[in-house]
Amino acid sequence: MSLFKVFDVAGSAMNAQSVRLNVTASNLANAGSVHGDADKVYRAKQPVFRSFDDALASQSGVSGVRLAGISESQAPLEVQYRPDHPDADENGNVYVSNVSTVEEMVNMMSASRSYQNSVDMINTTRDLLLQTLTLGR
Amino acid sequence: MKIPGFALHEQALKLRALRNEVLSSNIANADTPNYKARDIDFAAALRQASASQPALKATAPGHLQPAGTHATGADVRYRVPTQPSLDGNTVQSDVEQAAFAENAVQYRASLQFLGGTISRLRYAIKGGE
Repeated sequence: MSLFKVFDVAGSAMNAQSVRLNVTASNLANAGSVHGDADKVYRAKQPVFRSFDDALASQSGVSGVRLAGISESQAPLEVQYRPDHPDADENGNVYVSNVSTVEEMVNMMSASRSYQNSVDMINTTRDLLLQTLTLGR
Repeated sequence: MKIPGFALHEQALKLRALRNEVLSSNIANADTPNYKARDIDFAAALRQASASQPALKATAPGHLQPAGTHATGADVRYRVPTQPSLDGNTVQSDVEQAAFAENAVQYRASLQFLGGTISRLRYAIKGGE
């Protein structure tokens, strides 16, 4: 029965979106964190999605989502002159992480909506399958 | 004996299930860069399937079906987006959601028709009891 594939597809999407939510949570938690070394300061992370098995998908049109990796934002860091900060470098500067709180909030909403879509898909398909089981009773 | 309605709705159910899969993979990939949304022209696929054109017979696991053709004979085509996004993704969530809901209702309709046919047959078999 081909409807069962929907559970795999929606499951993979939920997995991907939950990773995105986790990454967003980590970004928001580290927003505004500072470090004296520009290489060590927290940079905003972003998951990269890919669709599963492109060769197969072009034939059947069905593909789930997988995580290709996590990319780090290369946006410029804000430099603050805070000589009294314990982490400040020899010039008295600290670097602030490049997390954009607004962007992350939008990301969070988008991820949670996509997650809900997947849950709805599973519920609908489950109903269809259960109704099919009672066919002819 | 050939019972009218059975064969047609059986094909319809198969195609609806296939379309359900294709639409669900569109919704699942709503945030995947470069993913192209796909769909099936249901009416054309059903016409093709009920024209009693059997799919190519595969007698070994390595045998292939013609490209772009599913085992049921349905053509999976790319959707033409009205608002493609910058990352190359052509999934429009609202369009896909609407199509998914419509497809689920149509699947239920086919189930109802099949159920009706079956219960009428039982009624006839039991002699109207």
